[in-house]
Amino acid sequence: MNFELTEERRMLQDTLRRYLRAEYSTEHRNAILSSDAGYAPDIWTGLADLGVIGALFEDAHGGFGGAGFDIAVVFEELGRAGVVEPMLDTMLAGRALALAGRQDLVDALIGGTLQLSFAHYEPGGRYDLDHVRTECTNGALTGRKAIVMHAGSAEHIVTSAQDGGEIGLYLVAAGAPGLDIRDYPLLSGGRAGEVALEATPAAPLGLGFDALQRLIDLAVVAQCAEALGAMETAIALTQDYLMTRKQFGRPIGTFQALGHRMADLLIELEQARSAVINAAGTLGTRDGALTLAASKNLIGRVGRQVAEEAIQMHGGIAMTQEYELAHIAKRIVMADHRFGDTDYHLERFIALSAA
Amino acid sequence: MDLAFTPEEEAFRADVRSFLETTLPEALSEKVRLGRDLSKAEMEGWHATLNARGWLAPNWPKAFGGAEWSAVQRHIFDEEAAAAHAPRVVPFGLSMLGPVLQKFGSQAQQDHWLPRILDGTDWWCQGYSEPGAGSDLASLKTRAVRDGDHYVVNGQKTWTTLGQHANMIFCLVRTDPEAKQQEGISFLLIDMESPGVEVRPIILLDGSHEVNEVWFTDVRVPVDNLVGEENKGWTYAKYLLTHERTGLGGVGFSQAGLAAVKRIARAEMQNGKPLIENPHFAARVARVEIELRALATTNLRAISKASAGDAPGLEASMLKVKGSVIRQEINDLARRAVGPYAMPFASEAVAGANDLVPDPHDAGPVAAQYFNNRKLSIFGGSNEIQRGIIAKVALEGRR
Repeated sequence: MNFELTEERRMLQDTLRRYLRAEYSTEHRNAILSSDAGYAPDIWTGLADLGVIGALFEDAHGGFGGAGFDIAVVFEELGRAGVVEPMLDTMLAGRALALAGRQDLVDALIGGTLQLSFAHYEPGGRYDLDHVRTECTNGALTGRKAIVMHAGSAEHIVTSAQDGGEIGLYLVAAGAPGLDIRDYPLLSGGRAGEVALEATPAAPLGLGFDALQRLIDLAVVAQCAEALGAMETAIALTQDYLMTRKQFGRPIGTFQALGHRMADLLIELEQARSAVINAAGTLGTRDGALTLAASKNLIGRVGRQVAEEAIQMHGGIAMTQEYELAHIAKRIVMADHRFGDTDYHLERFIALSAA
Repeated sequence: MDLAFTPEEEAFRADVRSFLETTLPEALSEKVRLGRDLSKAEMEGWHATLNARGWLAPNWPKAFGGAEWSAVQRHIFDEEAAAAHAPRVVPFGLSMLGPVLQKFGSQAQQDHWLPRILDGTDWWCQGYSEPGAGSDLASLKTRAVRDGDHYVVNGQKTWTTLGQHANMIFCLVRTDPEAKQQEGISFLLIDMESPGVEVRPIILLDGSHEVNEVWFTDVRVPVDNLVGEENKGWTYAKYLLTHERTGLGGVGFSQAGLAAVKRIARAEMQNGKPLIENPHFAARVARVEIELRALATTNLRAISKASAGDAPGLEASMLKVKGSVIRQEINDLARRAVGPYAMPFASEAVAGANDLVPDPHDAGPVAAQYFNNRKLSIFGGSNEIQRGIIAKVALEGRR
């Protein structure tokens, strides 16, 4: 039993935390939020140069990590800073291409010179993994994909579709005939698009439903870790505020009613941290599926409590866009709207427990 | 004990319903339903419609041009208006300042200001909170110094709701810095077009602009604009709070919100079945609905007590806490119900408002509303302050 990060991961964590603290201020981030692109190319390059993208890939694919704890370390830091750049979906698309042997694209991705997007979920499919109505016929895709992160700025989109009832992954190039992307901003930053495919040429990646499930497992670890990092920031901001804001002649944190609620948040934060460790540590093992469902459920519940309580204990200031917590709280709550929410993973946990 | 409304009350409800059906423009109610920002003209238009029917000031005595409704009638109106997605009446002049002027204002002040509230000549906003005086309102620092026939006002107010539309602000100002906190405060009416008044927008986390900072630099206010006596403002402010009471539980809003959640959950499919049939989601909805049914009766009990002229007790604080928590829970259900489509950002206040944002169930920006309504447990005396009041009153007598 050892809960210490390896030397390499601790270095990655330190470097990334320092970089984001210096480069990703509230002001800079808020400027990114209202920009047309919805992300900052210089930050993306900076992250690639630090090896952050590479840390999400295995050695065999030109990376230097790719395990559950590498993913957890990276996304916890991205979450702590409220980063809106599309690292998670980049990882999913890239890992799919790595599995498919498209090393040329993976190398460019790790180098930060290629933008990819990942399109799986569909309108009307909610969080269901096997809800794929997009059809592949004679090497061309027809269907619709929902809320595809940064679809508008991607050069390729890894897209799921079914061919004769078999779900598989395909590669669609930006600008391909029949590809239509309507993009829009997201509440918690960044942009996404509704993607329509009409007989759009696509290259099969030779990956089926099992591969898709493994990719979504990676996504769950990343999303949980990101929410954990954001919760750490929310709680730290609240601690500071409780002891600087004075009302009735004393810091409001000295009122027991608030102190106890802060104590509850700190207890839940440790639970959330353990849930992320459980998820990262069992990724890819026999226990993986059950543990991931447990972790995502717990993170969803704790996340809501942390976001709401952090805002409440601050009062009005936390409701203002320019205050850091506003964005962080949105990141935490919106994490429950990707890759299955609290209820979805509760049901999955129940089903897997019974199996 | 009889839970039914009287035939007269039911007739009143029918009257209200048909009024709303005939006068509430569909486009306006649609905007309210989808939680979109209303323009100043739209809000003023609705006020004018209500005023034409004599219903704009339900709580004012007839002598001042009000409807003089009973508490039950007001409750019925609120319920029907919420169900029809009518705009909320802007409360600052009508529910807050009006009653204070009627009770404490001079004849001249009543004659001048009250008709202007009804006909829309003035748009009032509230200058209470300051950056350093939120929950601890009595610590406010905005100074008013007497200079001949004027007060000279310096300081800053914040969280001024819809201050961007207002031409008048009623303020709590400190006139005696030496006195005990609550005893040095006065209630002053300030023309926002006076030199030295500056309004700065505060953008909220959902991108909306509904609150502002208001800055005062050497603003000269005629002494005629002092309400009641100097240094008695805290008494008037407390009286005003008692007039904010009806509708505190937000029962009508919660009922309309719950109906919306059910509508979304009947349309949203999960694994080939409507979400409303999912036992976990259905249980969440049921729990809130059970709470809301009880709250509706708690609310009516408070209303009948008020109608009977009983002194207000802890009901207002209790309704505020429970009502806000239930409404927020319903906002939470709405964002859960739409699933991944909670993520797109459809705020009109945001640059790039022409973006085509997907809204598959025609539900409006439910996640933005979830965040915006976190304010319900913060403003008007936070839920912590309300719990403090309840605990103090309930426990103090047992020492």
